[in-house]
Amino acid sequence: MTTDVNRRVLPGFQLSLGYSLFYVSLMVLVPIAAGVAKASTLDFATFWGAVASDRALAAYRLTVGASLAAAALDLALGLLVAWVLVRYTFPLRGLIDALVDLPFALPTAVAGLVYSALYVENGWLGRFLVPLGIEGSYSRLGIVLVLTFIGFPFVVRTLQPVLEGLEADVEEAAACLGASRWQTVTRVLWPAVYPATITAFALAFARALGEYGSVVFVSGNMPFRTEIAPVLIVARLEEFAYGEATAIAVVLLLISLTTLVLINLLERWSKRAYV
Amino acid sequence: MSEPTISRALHDPPLVRVTLILAALAIMGVLIVIPLVSVFYQAFANGVDAYVQSLVGNADTLHAIRLTLVVAPIAVVANLVFGVAAAWAIARFRFPGRTLLTALIDLPFAVSPVVVGLFLVLIFGLQGYLGPWLREHDMAVIFALPGLVLATAFVTFPVVARELIPVLEAVGAEEEVAAVSLGARGWQVLWRVTLPNVKWGILYGVILCNARAMGEFGAVAVVSGRITGETDTMPLRVEKLFQEYDLPGAFAVASVLASLAVVTLVVKTALEWKTRRDLAATAREATATGHP
Repeated sequence: MTTDVNRRVLPGFQLSLGYSLFYVSLMVLVPIAAGVAKASTLDFATFWGAVASDRALAAYRLTVGASLAAAALDLALGLLVAWVLVRYTFPLRGLIDALVDLPFALPTAVAGLVYSALYVENGWLGRFLVPLGIEGSYSRLGIVLVLTFIGFPFVVRTLQPVLEGLEADVEEAAACLGASRWQTVTRVLWPAVYPATITAFALAFARALGEYGSVVFVSGNMPFRTEIAPVLIVARLEEFAYGEATAIAVVLLLISLTTLVLINLLERWSKRAYV
Repeated sequence: MSEPTISRALHDPPLVRVTLILAALAIMGVLIVIPLVSVFYQAFANGVDAYVQSLVGNADTLHAIRLTLVVAPIAVVANLVFGVAAAWAIARFRFPGRTLLTALIDLPFAVSPVVVGLFLVLIFGLQGYLGPWLREHDMAVIFALPGLVLATAFVTFPVVARELIPVLEAVGAEEEVAAVSLGARGWQVLWRVTLPNVKWGILYGVILCNARAMGEFGAVAVVSGRITGETDTMPLRVEKLFQEYDLPGAFAVASVLASLAVVTLVVKTALEWKTRRDLAATAREATATGHP
């Protein structure tokens, strides 16, 4: 209804839509089309050799594995922080709330640089952890740690509005019906929150999959051990092996796009289930 | 059921409450506060003089700062124009493919910056689709300024649109419809009604986009060729200094970028605070005049 009225009354529909489509095509569709076109010119043996080499397989495993681990860690830490920020009042709450967004705004190279310095043997955190055998720099753990930093705000900012939106009366009802606090939390609150936790996990995972800037600093980039897929692409590029680099890039792109589609489906599903 | 039992079931026990708050503070401390403080501590570890010296005393670092100050604004302006156009189309109109357009705008968030950089090389590089034509006309995109701008613009292009769409939807079209019915032309509506209404949303979008643009690493690293003193932007300079074991230098450049992030957060918090206050004021006014 409003649609038709708006389009008849408000100016600029064709201009704004036309320009948006033009810009999106130029900036996004053309580069992606070029990548796919280049990949399709490779013969199958070259493509498969690049995509399924032992080094590439190790890189995908590490990229996906570290991203899953980081997203899981983000979910646990982020759920706790979101709960505390929404439910309790305490000194510095406003400051802590604002700082959650730091990873959004902090350049990834800065995050990588500082994380690599913190967890080395004489770093601020490494001096306590390295004697315990926990190597947070130039290791797989380092990759997970910095990816956790990068994905953290996605989880908190996804869960916060959901926790804020929980109606107090369902908790009151549960309490009046004799539920203990633990029962209220696990049987009443958790079912209302958990669709959002899946979305939050998926967002953190998607963000971690493509991350490059911070990981190059902390990982040490050892082939087979700490080399993630984007680093392998850059390594192939530096050897001027454009075809192989493109083949790996297309695989990474497909993983990202699949995740994006899954996130959209999840959001639709959780809206249908709970609104 | 007695009062205290219900209260116990409604509220977390004090011990749980304190433990969770302390845990949250510890998480935020280790994950975010210590790294942030450490950037500035390391940058100033050898004193203010050494800090200033490592920024302005190094010609390559100075060049990187200047280059970033050229690349980021171009990308931000391009994305601002797109952001306003896309937000207007998406927030004000319903059309077939609207969901698809929204999804396409989110795409750069999901695509690895390295992949973006590589695809740009495939188009504009010497052996790329447009490579021979560019060389014939003596133009360079890859390993040069245009490539840096393109890569930065791709990676940051959703930011302004994403900030503006919800703001524009929240404001509603009533004032614009009124302006049109009073005879305002298209551009007048945009400049006199729409943009003033969403100016804070635009401001935050631009600042966040700028912070992202200045900090972009992966895509820029691939298209720049990392030529010291020529195509190194600030984040690339950080990496190069890091690889040369010049940690004070790396942290000095990093601290400038971190300050930018802190400013972004301050502006965001201030705007949220202002929005809340405005909403409260409007609500008070409504009760005072008796109009809900």
